[in-house]
Amino acid sequence: MGRRRNMAKRTYSWLDERFHISPLIEFMRHKYVPVHRHTVWYYMGGVALFLFIVQVVTGILLVLYYQPDEESAFESVRFITTKVSFGWLIRSVHSWSANLMVFFVFVHMFSTFFTRAFRKPRELTWMSGFVLMALALGFGFTGYLLPWNELAFFATKVGTDITGALPFIGEPVKILLRGGPDVTGATLSRFYAIHIALLPAIFAAILFLHLLFVQRQGMHEPDYLQRLPKEKKKLIPFFPNFLLRDTLLWLMVLNIVLFLAVFFPWELGEKADPFAPAPEGIAPEWYFMFMFQTLKLIPGHVLFVEGEVLGILFFTLVGIAWMFVPLWDLKQRPERRPRPMTVIGVAGIVYIIIFTIWGYMA
Amino acid sequence: MAVSRRQFTNLLLGGGLLGWLGSALYPIVSFLRPPKIPEANVQSVKAGLASEFSANSSEILKFGRQPVILIRTESGDFRALAATCTHLDCIVQYRSDLKQIWCACHNGLYDLKGRNISGPPPRPLDQFAVNIVNDEILVSKIA
Ligand code: HEM
Ligand code: FES
Repeated sequence: MGRRRNMAKRTYSWLDERFHISPLIEFMRHKYVPVHRHTVWYYMGGVALFLFIVQVVTGILLVLYYQPDEESAFESVRFITTKVSFGWLIRSVHSWSANLMVFFVFVHMFSTFFTRAFRKPRELTWMSGFVLMALALGFGFTGYLLPWNELAFFATKVGTDITGALPFIGEPVKILLRGGPDVTGATLSRFYAIHIALLPAIFAAILFLHLLFVQRQGMHEPDYLQRLPKEKKKLIPFFPNFLLRDTLLWLMVLNIVLFLAVFFPWELGEKADPFAPAPEGIAPEWYFMFMFQTLKLIPGHVLFVEGEVLGILFFTLVGIAWMFVPLWDLKQRPERRPRPMTVIGVAGIVYIIIFTIWGYMA
Repeated sequence: MAVSRRQFTNLLLGGGLLGWLGSALYPIVSFLRPPKIPEANVQSVKAGLASEFSANSSEILKFGRQPVILIRTESGDFRALAATCTHLDCIVQYRSDLKQIWCACHNGLYDLKGRNISGPPPRPLDQFAVNIVNDEILVSKIA
């Protein structure tokens, strides 16, 4: 038949002969994705993954013009947004997609929590996912400073100064982060290196593991589905069926990102001046707001401990507990409602939402 | 206690690995610690003419790498204080409406002597000395 069809086949067998691809394709085709009323949540991780790819592409483009220097960082971003063709779009997409990525990472994390997908055998999938979430926050924190504007400058001063409150290690860690006692061009260099080299490398490695785990183990099924016999379940192959649906959703997400980037272009603000008073409205990015607001509420001293230390300790402990959820999972007889893990998850979300809103109103 | 051949080799390998790790990590960790940049030992800075500094206003001076806030009170006195908030490192400002020093980051307030009077700041601002010599304002460290 058609010559083109033959070419494709020949290329495939050429590669297959050398790299044995068929088992890989077989492997993906053998993975089935169950379809049920909670299937939407299976797409959230994929959306986060897509947004990460958008970050990599736009980020590499930004690196071509961005200058990580106290004198020129702000000007170089302004140059990108005013002089470079489509520079405004690339920068705006990078900023919007960064925020959406964090948002979808959170949605994905909580959805796997509530569907109890973290249980055996997926403990390591959950833990690697937790690390990815922490790294995404690191991307956001370091990226925020890069345009070197007033708000980000003071937010970074505050954010890094908080670590200085920790006993013993606080001061050295602060200096390590800042590249000196103050937030200066040295801090900018460090954040830049972390943002574009260190984090992407670590993120990519962990992401690879995370996806490998998911492919090996297949999708988690809710309890009621697990009890059904196989003939009663509706399953679709991961490849190509589910992947095609994924792609369709990615296209929609891309459109949303573009819409936001075009109609709500990301602001640049005023250039940072280390010798000017902090302006009003200093705030971290929204996903740090609930922690920030909590720190504000803790009094300066509780007994003989500094308030900040208590706050950091609290969030560190909660973070560790959250990372190791699969190890202390409170199982319950299924008829007992509400289930304790659900209560914990809902409490966490309610806390984050209330404190975030409060932080913006205060 | 006799050490078998295998234990001995394991010890040697393990020790070698540890030593190798240490000798790789030590320079990396040291590299990450920024070198101390010698600070010009600024003792005092000039801050313009007293006759041109209006009452109930302020200015931020560069005292070496440190920001210092110079304030002229309503009654015409000069005050100079470290401008770095003792809470979390923001830079404070003089509020001519409140006649107090304010930090916008978390709503910290100091009086004109630099004492923390409300909000989160845990300590007062350091004071600097102000001298007027032939109408020239001189801000200097208090020894
Ligand atoms: C390989 C991946 C990445 C590269 C090479 C990269 C590169 C850059 C560069 C050069 C800038 C400065 C230009 C600018 O501020 O517009 C920047 C800013 C930023 N990045 Fe990234 N980035 C990457 C991934 C990410 C990820 C995964 C996130 C978030 C989850 C992120 C969040 C941010 C944020 C919030 C900013 C500040 C945006 C702004 O205000 O302009 N980046 N990035
Ligand atoms: S940094 Fe000044 S009040 Fe917090």
